[in-house]
This record gives sequence, C-alpha cells and structure tokens, in this order.
Amino acid sequence: MTKLLLAALAALAPLCAETIVIQNANVMTVTKGTFKGSVVIKDGKIIEAGEKVTVPEGATKIDASNQYVIPGIIDCHSHIAVDGGVNEGSVSVSSMVNIRDVLNPEDIAIYRALAGGVTTANILHGSANPIGGCTLPIKLRWGKDAEGLVFEGATPGIKFALGENPKRAGNPQGGRGAGTAVQARYPATRMGVEDVIREAFNEAKAYKAEWDAYDAKVARGEHGLIPPRVDLKLQALKEVLEGKRFVHAHCYRSDEILMLLRVADDYGFKIRTLQHVLEGYKVANEIAAHGAGASTFSDWWSYKVEAFDAIPYNTALMAKRGIIVSVNSDDAELMRHLNTEAAKAMKYGGLTENEALALVTINPAKQLGIENRVGSIETGKDADLVIYDKPPLSDYAKVQKVLIDGKVYFDRDNEVSGRAAKQAEKQKLIDKEKQSQPGRGGRGGRGGQGGQAQ
Amino acid sequence: MSRKLVTGLLLLCAAAAAESPTAVAIVNAKIVRVSGPPIAKGTLVVRNGLIEAVGENVSVPADAWVVAGEGLTVYPGLIDPLSTVGLGSAAPAAATTAGRGGRGAAQATPTQAAPSAAAPTERARGPEDRPATTSWVLAADELQPNDRRIDTVRSAGFTTTATFPNRGIFAGQGSLIDLVSGEKGGDMVVVPSLGQYISLSRGGGFGGGGGGGFPGALMGVIAYIRQIYLDAAHYQLVKDAYAKDPRGMERPAYDRALEGVIASKRILFPANRLVEMDRMLRFAAELKQPVVLYGGREAYRPEAVEVLKKAGAPVLISMRWPEAPRDANPDDVDSMRVLEQREKAPGAPALLGKAGVRFALYTDGLEQPRDIQRAVKKAIDAGLSRDEALRALTLSPAEIYGVADRLGSIDKGKIANLVITKGEIFDDRTTIQMIFVDGKTYTPAADATGGGRGAATNEPGENQ
Repeated sequence: MTKLLLAALAALAPLCAETIVIQNANVMTVTKGTFKGSVVIKDGKIIEAGEKVTVPEGATKIDASNQYVIPGIIDCHSHIAVDGGVNEGSVSVSSMVNIRDVLNPEDIAIYRALAGGVTTANILHGSANPIGGCTLPIKLRWGKDAEGLVFEGATPGIKFALGENPKRAGNPQGGRGAGTAVQARYPATRMGVEDVIREAFNEAKAYKAEWDAYDAKVARGEHGLIPPRVDLKLQALKEVLEGKRFVHAHCYRSDEILMLLRVADDYGFKIRTLQHVLEGYKVANEIAAHGAGASTFSDWWSYKVEAFDAIPYNTALMAKRGIIVSVNSDDAELMRHLNTEAAKAMKYGGLTENEALALVTINPAKQLGIENRVGSIETGKDADLVIYDKPPLSDYAKVQKVLIDGKVYFDRDNEVSGRAAKQAEKQKLIDKEKQSQPGRGGRGGRGGQGGQAQ
Repeated sequence: MSRKLVTGLLLLCAAAAAESPTAVAIVNAKIVRVSGPPIAKGTLVVRNGLIEAVGENVSVPADAWVVAGEGLTVYPGLIDPLSTVGLGSAAPAAATTAGRGGRGAAQATPTQAAPSAAAPTERARGPEDRPATTSWVLAADELQPNDRRIDTVRSAGFTTTATFPNRGIFAGQGSLIDLVSGEKGGDMVVVPSLGQYISLSRGGGFGGGGGGGFPGALMGVIAYIRQIYLDAAHYQLVKDAYAKDPRGMERPAYDRALEGVIASKRILFPANRLVEMDRMLRFAAELKQPVVLYGGREAYRPEAVEVLKKAGAPVLISMRWPEAPRDANPDDVDSMRVLEQREKAPGAPALLGKAGVRFALYTDGLEQPRDIQRAVKKAIDAGLSRDEALRALTLSPAEIYGVADRLGSIDKGKIANLVITKGEIFDDRTTIQMIFVDGKTYTPAADATGGGRGAATNEPGENQ
C-alpha cells in the first residue's frame, strides 16, 4: 500500500513540482567530469550540478543512492514514430516529403526507447533515394501530440543515400531487377547516384537564383511582382545550400564517401553527418577536413557486400582522427541498449569510459547542432537525464527513471507495478467481447454450428 | 375509409412512382420535425415538391390527396453525408487513411468507377504529373439514375446523399443529390459541388513498391497535396495577372487538376485515429481550407474530442463500427488499443454531442435497413439519444454542408423529403410505409427489409 502510494506520488510529483533534486547520485556529466553529488532541476532546466548544491525549498527529492545519472541518450539515426512508410521510394529525389508530416506520437517504440534511456532521436527518411526526404530530431515526450515531440529550435535535416540502396541493388523495383515487369528507376549504378545528386543541385541552384532575384526586387521595394513557383523538392535543397538544413548521408564505402564530399565542395554545401560510414576509418582524414560528423554502428556488418570491409575499431579510429563520432541504432530494438553499444568502443579501440559515453550523448548532440541544449549535464541545459542502477556502460545496468525537460517520462517502478492493472483491464475487454459475440461461447447464433466455444 | 385511401395511395405509388398528385396532405400523424418539438397529431401538406404547410391546425387543401396518418410518424428524409450512391457500382467511401494492403485493397477498389475517374496508368515521376488526381470530376456530371442502389438506400429511409467520387488522392467533387428514380441525372442534383474528396491512398499499394510511381508513402501523399495547394495559389496569381493584362505576358498553361481544386469550397480528409485527426486538422489549417473529417473511429477518446472541439471542424462518423474479425485465430489477442476501439467506438457520437462537436453519421456502405438500424442502435445503446441519432442523419449533415435552409427538417418551404413509418424510426420492428423525395412518393422495395447481400466491404480496423 505504502509502496503504491509512493509510486503514485512519484508519478504525480514531477508534474506539479517545478523543482526537483536528484541526490546522492554518481553524476556522469560527460563534459564536466564525474562526481558523487546532486543535480537540481527547475522549470525543466538543470540549474545546478555538483557535489554540494543548495537545495531549493519545496523541491521534490529523488534519492539516487548507489545509482548513476547520465545525460539522456541521443540516437542520431532512427526510424521510429513514423506513419505510412519511411521511404518515398518512387522517385530518385524525394526531398519534397517531410518526416514531420507523419510523426506518430503513439508508436510504442517511443516508450520502449525511453525505457532504454533515449531522450532525443534523429528521425530519418529511409535510404531508397540518392536524395531522400526531410528529417528532424524529436524528443521522446511520450504522451504528447505529434508537434509536442518536435525538438523545438533544432535545425531540420535531409537524408541522402549512396551505394546499394539508392541504386536498388537486388531490388526488383529497379536496378538489376530490370528484367521484371516493374519499371526500373534511375539510377542503377554508383555513377548514377552521383549524377542524380549533381543534377538535383544544378536545378536547386537555378531555383535559388530565381528566388534570390525575386527577393532582391522585393527588398528594393518593387510592387506587384508575381513570386516564382514554390517547389517543395527544390525548396529543401535551397535550404541545404543556405546552410539551413543539415545533410545526413547514408554511406558505406570509402570511394563513395569521397565522392559525396567532393560533390558537396563543388556545390558549396556541407555534409553534416555521414551515417553508417563503415569504411570511414579508411578516409578519416578527408572526413575530418570536410568537418563532417560520423554516426556509425558499433559492430554490425557483413549484411551486404558494401558492409564487408567494416571493423569494430572504426568508431575509435575515426574519433582519434578528430571526427565527431556517434553510435546510432537505425533500429527500434537496438535503440533500447545504446549504452552497451557505446561501451564496445572501450573494448575495440580503447576509448575511455567518458569518451564512450560521449558517443551516445554530447557527440550526437553536436552532430545535430543541439549541444547547447542537451548531451551533457551542465547548468542551463535541458533536464534530460537517465538514472541507472549500475554503471551505465555495463551490461547489467537497468534504466530506473528517464526525465525529459525535468519531467519523468519513464519510471521503472511505476511500469512494473502497473502491469497487473493493465493486464486486468485488457482481460476485462476480452471477456466482454467473448460474452457478446455469437458463436464464441455467448448466446450462440450465426457462428453457432462451428462447435466448440473456445 | 381513410385506411382505404392509404392503401389506394400505396398501390398508386407502387404502380407509378413518379406520377404523384400535385398536392398531398398527411393528416393526424405524429410529425417529428427535428428543427423543433415533435407535433403529436398534425397535418403536413406537400405541394410541388415542397412542404407547403405543417402544424397542428393546418387546413387540408381541396385538391390534395389525403393520407390518413393515424398510427404513422413522419420524419425528415435521412441524409447520408458521404456516399457513392448514384455513381453506379462504386465501392463505399471507406475512410482509408494510410493505405491498405491485400484483401482490403482489392475490395476497396471499385470495378467500375465513374469513367473519367480512372487513375492515370502512367508511372508518375513527381507532383507535376498530377498522380491519382481527378479533382475536376463532378459527381453531378457522372450520375447514373439507374443505379440500383438508389432504390435500396431509399428503402432504408434515405432521401438524400452527398455523393462523392472516391478513387485517387484528389478523387473529385461531391454533389448533394435527391434520390428520385428514373429521372435525368440533373433532376437529382440539389447542390452540384460540395467540396473535394481527398484520400491518402492512391488506390495501389504503399511503401514505394509495386511500380506505382509517386507518391508511394503517406508522407509522399501529404507532400503532393501540399504542392498542389501551393501550385493552385500560384496558378491563380498568374491567371489573374494575365486576365488583367495579357500583353507581353507568357500565357499560363491550363491545368485542370488545379481548376478542380480551386473550384472546391471545402475538403474532406480521412482521419480514424486520434493521431490522424490531429495531423489532418493541422494540415487543413496550414492549407487554409475548410475541412470535414471522415472516419472518426477513435473519436471516443477524450483527447480526440478535445482536438475536434478546438479545431471547430465537423466530423463524419462511420457507422461501420469496428468489429472483431469473424474468422480470426482464437489464440490471437488484439492489442489494447484495438480492443478499446471495438468497445468504445459506437460511444463517440454521444460524447461528441455532449462536447458540442459538430458531427453526422454516414453509412460507409451499409445499405440494408436492418444493418443501418443495428448500427444506429449501437450508438444509442452507447448513450446517444434517439433525437440526437435522428439529427445526426438529417439536420446535422444538412448544416455541415450549408443546406439546412432547404433540407434536414420538416419546415414550411423546405424540400419535401420525408419518411413515414409505423413505429419509431431505428426500432427493429418499425416498418417504413412511404417515402417522399422532392414530393414524389415511393414505397420501400419489397426485398429491402429482408436479407439482401448486406455490407460486403472492408473490415474495419484494417487501415493502419
């Protein structure tokens, strides 16, 4: 009874209270060292973190004795919370579509990722096209509506993809499957992928010039002008040229990575992150020189030819060449244990605990341009925090609580203690339906001659 | 004497439905006006297709046929606010929001839609190819007065349908039609254009596969709709400028897809889940288009009621309540959300009514009186009053389409669309005695009350 009451209080309190103190915890700030102390949260922000803090009057206290607090995990590559498909695969350039239009805040994968300590995720379009759809980072505010998920103020992105996926290798829709009745879609080779990107940016440059000329005339005070037609596809690429939209490029092989960096240089835009980038260690200097981040898998490879040359040292090797590196999931299941994915870089490549933790916190935050808000435990940042019962990089660590903007969005005790009630509620509905259904153990009826009512 | 008169009139109706007398007076009947309190015993005079008089003390004109109304109740004719009746053997307007695969898809595709509504066969390479778009098609131009479903649904008490083409993304413009038989299509039309029917399914498979071309995913469909409205606004600007002074100006290319969109004064968007209601209402606001949502399966959820109320947009609730699949594996257990939908969906109308959200019920392809009666009863059992149920199928749809000045209730001057029953409407033992459409009298088709092939369309709960 007391336990229930406490659980109820714990669930209720953060919603009402504006001030929370997490006490007696091992605080791993990632950027400001690790210490035993407290984190003070007010109005959704961290206002103090240290060994000794001033506890504001009336603050709700969360005792985290023998527990560990880290900044919320950030997944730089995810496809959860999307309705109606993650690929607009019908065209080679699908920059007119936007993931923001189809966010599904009721996707259970959000809650499950929360339970794995993830608080922010970069929701990407799929990799079916050389230039894919528009993307955005979200916060996993389970229970809010679609707009409530959006990471407000974050620079939106766009997905690019190189190699086997956009050239449709082995895909009956095109490429080598051109013998089927289905029309093939250009491109079918890596050369074609480059060509599609170049052609699209040629168009985008012309489009931008047209709009710039119009904007200049308006700025000069000319009236009665008809603006150029808005083209959603080119609008997104115009934003890339203006640096207002980050490019997240799916890639594997070193040759195609170099190709893309050169194309970007030619057209005067930046690749913000290279995604997967399994051969990144081969061209780490070039990637670092361009200033691109790298978001990779810890040890997932050989699932296709272009993923054969991967090594588990990729993460550490790229990091040591000065690239900002993150480890991502690209998968709703893997997303739930990114802490152990990060830990693998300690075994392979000898990163320190702090460097490993950075792979899923401050580094992805930098890659997404949101490091002023999240990614570490520092005064003034969003109170996006995860409390673990064991050292977070351990296989045995379990997430106890997850806070976003100072609100508890996942609480292990509540989750576990609430299961029986949820199951009972469900059973009630199942029983009621069986009762009212003819032929299923109810009053008989049309389905009656079916026999056994089971 | 009076009983003979009624019988005589019914025989007359059966023999020659269209040849109605110039005036008919229904005397001593209970009259449920919907717009006001019912009249326990009153008289109603119909002349020239209109309601000439209604009240307790109305004198019967000398030239009127008299129908003895003792034991009978007169209701306004029912209005189905989303239908395909009149367009031949088209499929019902199912609220397909995010595509449906397999069996459902096959059933949702009409074998013979309106001829010009066929989706383009060329693989679309982008929005410029105007995929799955027949926005210019007007239901009023495609009416098939010999559609046998006219008789079927009229026998269930429907005198008016909002009939929409329903294939493709921009399927076309719906028309409000009165269900008179054997006339020229034009005689049926009450309002030629009600607005544009938009679905989020291009009629083929989703996921970018199948060689279907653009758009393949839900976000592609949404991007396409957004581009169309951007193009329409730009098209209008260029056209206006050219009309003002064409000299020295390149002639703007005529675009029928945009013409159809510009001609539509409201849009119908599908939304079954709460997430979809929220999404489509925000989208309609972005497009600055007056919107009517259809589907409404999760409208029972408090958050949904809230969202609808805040947007002030009306919603058409499908009467095809979600049901457990008949032949499901008994070992399979549905998710809590799906179980809840089946338990609570019929409660939505009552909840919406309480919250003051404008709504109407649509049959979603139910045609047989028995099926419709059962579906309405489910909503009534879940808390909707009989009066509210009747309103949701008469005056409310008329208000949503802005035609409450001519349809939806029994008032002087309105179109004489009436249903005369023995017993309370929506009761399972009630029989419909007579139907007036535009003042013309009909009797229910003989086979309409029993059996029939029933509803044979998509399983509810399939779209996801």
